[in-house]
Amino acid sequence: MLRLILTRIFLGCLTLFAVTILIFAATEILPGDVASAILGQGATPETLAAFRIELGLNRPAYVRYFEWLSNALQGDLGTALTNKREVLATITPRLINTLFLAGYAAVIAVPIAIFLGIVAAINEGKWIDRAANIVSLGAISVPEFFIAYILIFVFATNLGWFPSLSTVYSDMGFWQKIHVVALPSITLTMLVTAHMLRMTRASVLAIMSQPYIEMAFLKGLPRNQVILHHALPNAAAPIISVIALNLAYLIVGVVVIEVVFVYPGVGQYMVDGVSKRDLPVIQACALVFGGAFVLLNTVADILIIMVNPLLRNSR
Amino acid sequence: MSIGFCRSTHAPLAPQRRCKIEKPILKIQGLRIENLAGEVLVDNANIELMPGEILGLIGESGAGKSTIGLAAMSYARAGCKITRGHIEIDGVQVRDLSAKGRAQFRGRRIAYVAQSAAASFNPAHRIMDQICEMPVHHGVLTHAEAEAWAVEMFRTLELPDPDNFGARYPHQVSGGQLQRAMAIMAISAHPDIVVFDEPTTALDVTTQIEVLLLIKKMIRDYNIAALYITHDLAVVAQIADRILVLQSGKMVELDTTANILHAPKATYTKELVEDRQTSDVFREKLLKSEREVILDASNIIAHYGDFRVLNDVSITVAKGETVAIVGESGSGKTSLARVMVGLTQLTSGSLTFMGSTLAPSLKNRSRDDLRKIQLIYQQPDVALNPRQTVGEIIGRPIMFYFNRSDAEITDRTAQLLHQVGLPEDYMNRYSTALSGGQKQRVCIARALAAEPTLIICDEPTSALDQLVAEDILKLLQQLQDDMGLSYLVITHDLGIVRRIAHRTAILLGGEIVANGPTGDIFKPPFHTYTEKLLQSVPELRETWLEEIIYKRSA
Repeated sequence: MLRLILTRIFLGCLTLFAVTILIFAATEILPGDVASAILGQGATPETLAAFRIELGLNRPAYVRYFEWLSNALQGDLGTALTNKREVLATITPRLINTLFLAGYAAVIAVPIAIFLGIVAAINEGKWIDRAANIVSLGAISVPEFFIAYILIFVFATNLGWFPSLSTVYSDMGFWQKIHVVALPSITLTMLVTAHMLRMTRASVLAIMSQPYIEMAFLKGLPRNQVILHHALPNAAAPIISVIALNLAYLIVGVVVIEVVFVYPGVGQYMVDGVSKRDLPVIQACALVFGGAFVLLNTVADILIIMVNPLLRNSR
Repeated sequence: MSIGFCRSTHAPLAPQRRCKIEKPILKIQGLRIENLAGEVLVDNANIELMPGEILGLIGESGAGKSTIGLAAMSYARAGCKITRGHIEIDGVQVRDLSAKGRAQFRGRRIAYVAQSAAASFNPAHRIMDQICEMPVHHGVLTHAEAEAWAVEMFRTLELPDPDNFGARYPHQVSGGQLQRAMAIMAISAHPDIVVFDEPTTALDVTTQIEVLLLIKKMIRDYNIAALYITHDLAVVAQIADRILVLQSGKMVELDTTANILHAPKATYTKELVEDRQTSDVFREKLLKSEREVILDASNIIAHYGDFRVLNDVSITVAKGETVAIVGESGSGKTSLARVMVGLTQLTSGSLTFMGSTLAPSLKNRSRDDLRKIQLIYQQPDVALNPRQTVGEIIGRPIMFYFNRSDAEITDRTAQLLHQVGLPEDYMNRYSTALSGGQKQRVCIARALAAEPTLIICDEPTSALDQLVAEDILKLLQQLQDDMGLSYLVITHDLGIVRRIAHRTAILLGGEIVANGPTGDIFKPPFHTYTEKLLQSVPELRETWLEEIIYKRSA
């Protein structure tokens, strides 16, 4: 088993390496030019060239890639071109904010999704199953900003329960933060619950046609026990995968939500970076997002190996 | 309907059984089961089972045996529905109960043993937990009591390391051990009735006999009534008091085991009995001419990873000859076939085919070498592309090897279909619309399309019913007589060997332990393993199993 897990970790590192190449290549082909973006339309070609040399943009791409990679490995993400601040220093509190929002949404979404998924599977075809299906399908079909504005309209403007802007400061108390971030986290919950719920239901029901499930029924066990004790453990692998995927989405996919709620997270920072052609910022944000994706999926792969008795115990 | 039957004590070891007129423990009347399309799967089945009695249900697949067995537990598989009839267990009309009420009967009063233990044990839980689940759920035993009882049973049934056997997961034990564990699981809540659904079909003969002995002993010790479902008449003859013969969902004949075996009334039953009897008779087969060796495999050694699957195996096949390779699962018989067709590379040794050396790997063989050796697989279902018509499947090798025009291919395909006994218009059908036997005929036609010299048949009939299998063997036989084909038949079924093989090689643990003309192999003096194999094949006598018990205890 240890060998399998080490292989997974190695593959995770390899994927991350591939991701860095993609990030760098993507920022290379990004339209526009940093120098002209910073210096503005009126800059002469000579000043632009001089500024490029100052930024080191005249050197070949692979040299700059390895320089960036080795710096990033040492924890140096460079300085922002626009305001000359350390990217790492800016991104760290924002990452903490993003993780806080993602974790908040996950704590609500994951238990609800799995519970409702199992309930739907137990009551397959009955009204509760249909209701869960229709509501969850409805929630994914609506664009996220639309949900966000509806929530703001109802709970912030009309009822006044929560603030419409989720600006947080480092000196805010925990419960105060929870209150301020409630609306974005509910929006995110609505987005990811449906996917996990439907996957949980489908994985459990896929197992239901196995002979050992028939055997469990023939032992005289009631349907809910058959599902919880016999089907669920065997459906764990696809459920873990889909949870990991959605957690990653919670971290990576929050860009729009952060902008709508003016929440100081990594997503907003990245959007700012893109609009200003600030390459080190874009690269650092992409690296954080890529790293989160790879890390969560690797953890999921390892968990899947650990819950499978075939892989856990050799003969 | 016959009344309850009391077992005679023909068995030397059978303990005295109580013999009074009792009420049936299970009574099924006018049972009708349909699928969602409204087709009738079982029609008007009537069964009465007395306490302690064993009723055998026999028939081909699709006869409705399993469906009746499950219906006795008032359970219908997805897509099936019990539409009419009464099911009465110990005086209670089970169909009138709520879902919860029915569940209370399952496992507690009537339990189930499935065909494939490997598929019916949950891979996520330890064996012990799965055995204890039922008695604890039904409140028969506490978990600790159930565990102690199970360990005792593991010991009685001679499972390895009985104290720790239950701590293993299903994938960590062999199929035979798992099948025994499932029998233990079935009786863990002390049911009155057990439904055995082909419990030994997935096992090879030497394992089958051990499981049969155990089932017989268990039924006797616990005074359990049983429905024993199988397609093998010889197996059911050892176990059952009465036998019910089924054909396409209808009851053909119901009588005592002795009457079914010795005085069958219905034509279908007569056919079944006759067919099983011929498989016991050995007919010596001789080649018409001098032995002209076409395939010579000598001193073959092959590995899977570090594991040596074949150790110094030498075998020859002559023109027009059938050579059988016999062995239990894991003996290396399929590996030998794979080496011959070049799918598995040999480590050392040589392959000579029609005077020239065969390249060890498929890639390096000439198209003509590939053409002359063809394969027929065990499972025709998976060997045929479901998205191609029969015409495309058979036409492909004609195109590949001979590059004919479309019209010629169609003519040749029609001719081949005729040769394997299928109508010409099957050309436009998809293989999914055919039965198992018809699919295997298509596989044979595809092999013939390449105009081969040697056909390797890997368990060609083991996925088929007895009567269908018989037809396929006859077809192979006839093709050999007509075209002088050579066959290398891989099988664990000695019935096939006796009927069609000129020569037989017996494989055990990757080595050949006996090799020669079939007549010599099955004549004393035997190799000890050959003798064990021979004695493990159920014979069509009711006393066969009892005699083995008697011999073993003597």
